[in-house]
Amino acid sequence: MSRIGIFTCWCGENIARTVDVDEVAKQVSSLPGVRCSVNYKYMCSDPGQAMVREKIVSEKLDGVVVASCSPHMHLKTFRKAAQAAGLNPYLVEMANIREHCSWVHHDRAQATAKAVDIIRLSVEKVRNDAALEPIRVPVTRRALVIGGGVAGIQAALDIADAGYEVVMVEREPSIGGKMAGLSETFPTLDCSQCILTPRMVEVGQHPRIKLYSYSEVEAVEGFVGNFKITIRQKARYVDTAKCTGCGECWNVCPLKKNPSEFDFAMGTRPAIYIPFPQAVPARPVIDKKQCAKLIRNGCGLCEKKCKAEAINFKDEDKLVEEKVGTVVVATGYKLYNIAKEQNKAWLSGYGEYGYGKYKNVIDSLQFERLVSASGPTNGVLKRPSDGAIPKNVVFISCVGSRDNAKGLPYCSKICCMYTAKHAMLYKHKVHDGQAHVFYMDIRAGGKGYDEFVRRAIEQDGAKYYRGRVSKITEENGKLMVRGADTLAGVPVTIEADLVVLAAAMRPADGIEELAQKLNIGYDEFGFLLESHPKLRPVETNTAGIFIAGACHAPKDIPESVAQASAAASKVQVMLAADELTREPEIAAVNEQTCAACFTCVHTCPYHAIERTELRTGRGAFIKRTARVNPGLCMGCGTCVSVCPSKSADLQGFTEQQVYAMVESLA
Amino acid sequence: MLEGAEEMNLGYYPGCALHGSSNDYEQSLRACLGVLDIQLQEINDWICCGATAAHALNHKLSLALPARNLALAERDGLKQLFAPCPLCSMQLLKVQKAVADGNGLRTELSQIVEADVRGDGQILNLIQVFQTIGLDKLKAAVKEPLKSISAACYYGCLLTRPPEIVHFDDFEQPKSMEAVLAALGAKTVEWNYKTECCGAGMTMSSEDTVLDLAHKILSNAAAHGANCVVVACPMCHVNLDMKQAAVEQRYHEKLGMVIYYLSDLVGLALGLSAEQLGVNRHFVTKA
Repeated sequence: MSRIGIFTCWCGENIARTVDVDEVAKQVSSLPGVRCSVNYKYMCSDPGQAMVREKIVSEKLDGVVVASCSPHMHLKTFRKAAQAAGLNPYLVEMANIREHCSWVHHDRAQATAKAVDIIRLSVEKVRNDAALEPIRVPVTRRALVIGGGVAGIQAALDIADAGYEVVMVEREPSIGGKMAGLSETFPTLDCSQCILTPRMVEVGQHPRIKLYSYSEVEAVEGFVGNFKITIRQKARYVDTAKCTGCGECWNVCPLKKNPSEFDFAMGTRPAIYIPFPQAVPARPVIDKKQCAKLIRNGCGLCEKKCKAEAINFKDEDKLVEEKVGTVVVATGYKLYNIAKEQNKAWLSGYGEYGYGKYKNVIDSLQFERLVSASGPTNGVLKRPSDGAIPKNVVFISCVGSRDNAKGLPYCSKICCMYTAKHAMLYKHKVHDGQAHVFYMDIRAGGKGYDEFVRRAIEQDGAKYYRGRVSKITEENGKLMVRGADTLAGVPVTIEADLVVLAAAMRPADGIEELAQKLNIGYDEFGFLLESHPKLRPVETNTAGIFIAGACHAPKDIPESVAQASAAASKVQVMLAADELTREPEIAAVNEQTCAACFTCVHTCPYHAIERTELRTGRGAFIKRTARVNPGLCMGCGTCVSVCPSKSADLQGFTEQQVYAMVESLA
Repeated sequence: MLEGAEEMNLGYYPGCALHGSSNDYEQSLRACLGVLDIQLQEINDWICCGATAAHALNHKLSLALPARNLALAERDGLKQLFAPCPLCSMQLLKVQKAVADGNGLRTELSQIVEADVRGDGQILNLIQVFQTIGLDKLKAAVKEPLKSISAACYYGCLLTRPPEIVHFDDFEQPKSMEAVLAALGAKTVEWNYKTECCGAGMTMSSEDTVLDLAHKILSNAAAHGANCVVVACPMCHVNLDMKQAAVEQRYHEKLGMVIYYLSDLVGLALGLSAEQLGVNRHFVTKA
């Protein structure tokens, strides 16, 4: 005979508005096996949890049903409360009468009846629950950081400074990410390189950070505390151990006219190159699609010139394995492809702006390079077509962002600020120039942000027009920018020398493949999903994997850094423990009844089931059987559904429990 | 010329303009497509598409008028329907979209026009007719490559818009007409007013507007090195050809820009004469 307690929550008005909680508590009190039934306004609060603990003790409860919100929200809360009162936490179940009931219904009588049914199911589940013990697994006390932009750098340094080893994987030849290419940063106009490059050097020299540049994550195996990461080190054709970074090779390379990725094609670079002088590591790579030696066995000047004999044209991709306990994903962003990218195939981008057609229509990252002291023009703003100093510059915000018809519905968040910064930097460089900004709204929420935008307008004289630009054409060497000033209610035409498009932020290329390798979620735009938008902002739904920076959502530098430190602190919490506990709700095979067909072995998506043999104590063979590796099993239940002899079952969700729940509704 | 058929009957919805003010366009089409073994089968008993008047007054009416024409075409078993006027073809596509979107509109429209409106046929504009024939085949049929032509392709406002209805080409930077002209051996220029408005129906109510817009279009085409402008819309032709003298007078500028229908140039390349195509009936003709 079971002694179950039912604790029904009002969730303030969230549940009580639609469900008659008193009536529910009364009705479920007579269900078989129920010892007591109470309700309270906020069951998750301290007095609510105290009520659960008190009843467990006073009523000698052997099972608890909390009827409130989704188990995603508070199952852990109530399991902890039960454990504190001496009850096995796995004898606590949640009946979700909020998301599954009160939030989605209007009719009070029907919702109340449904809440009773939902609780009835949970009572049946608890009646058939078994006490379970968490699984304990050892921890590899190292972390992997994917991405070496400002977020990845921050996370890696925090973790390494706390005493743990870090493996950093960066796809590009150098770490630094987008920030390394920025000119000055809002709202203080700090020089981006001046604040970032020392941090990059710290990463490069840190005794506990192992940096894999020009490398990508190839495969991920294992589970929290015990990940095995395969890293592809792309062929660099330069032995980084021998190379001294002297620069003879890139100076002698005759193929100097390749568009520079780091300069977003505003500048050029040789076929053997470092992306920028402050690169970490300061070791070049050879672009195999451009190098004359690699394409047709010509040239080879760099090899002849290299005194360190570091050039190796026979280099190949290498796969290396690293074992880590946790992972931080910080893969950053790219810009919306203005000329091509669209949500519908038959629309091919903002054709009306002529990006890609007119040389003097550029995107905001290209503008950053043109005003950066480290840029192709050494910080002198010259327009791309002829190198002239532009006297009228038009900045257009929300290109791709907040546009359901042509682009993406979300706000890219940072463009209002950097566009104000661009207008300001422009005025600082070209005193007799005029900046014009077309905007939809000015979103400048942040410390010192609105003041910064006002400064651009009031001190630096940027002209702001609330309205969109409908067309850009080129006439007599001028860009004719036609738009609307909706506050004045008039059409505007500006003869511009340069147009800068603030393109939407998108997650970096390959994010979806990476998310699939890591088994973490992403949204329809490819941004990675946090576990909870308010309370678990850096966790993912896969234990041990954390996110930081613009791979999660459009973010500026301060926010990316803050999130990176948050992720790093979560990593440290995990690595500080001697061992980790995993939820025991995983599959188990009854080895006596297993028919050794191994269908489960083939179907398990996590490769968590192995073939083994049962033997007597003296070693005599009894039978073959399947066995679940509790470290790898994710509890998906696929094996349960395919097992023909019904030997596989899911602890905490046994077939007996599920059938009892279904039958209780009959 | 078409795949699997020696001769092809193409459903044809002329709309008001091609039987009236722009019958030179129809002459050009019939001559040009005739050489390509395409016979135009005109919908029997067609009515006005509603043009700009209907949708300004009554949304349902603006659907019902083209819906009747669609129903008639479907009744006649015309799987492909060619509407040379972009406004007509847009109206027909609009009905197809409305019918496909559900909301009971198919039933309602069928009741209004007293015939089933399925909306499953293919609506073609002039460029799409040539695309359907195949540009390679067109190229092979060229007798007189248009070496002296340097054309500004003018799409106007409706050939590519609204994009969610017409689903045709890049609606801001289209290239499909240039591709047809390339097949004819003609040169085309990159210019700025490909998809701008010509003033359309304002030609009656606000001539100043039309003259201003036509002037911008024509002078921009000339500034980019075009020696003619190519259109696929009767209204564009009216405003750029018929009104050109008024533009020249008002802006004190000699333009002399010949305005061709796309079918004119295809026809000339296929060896037809200007007279056969009706090019001699334009207001601006070669000096």
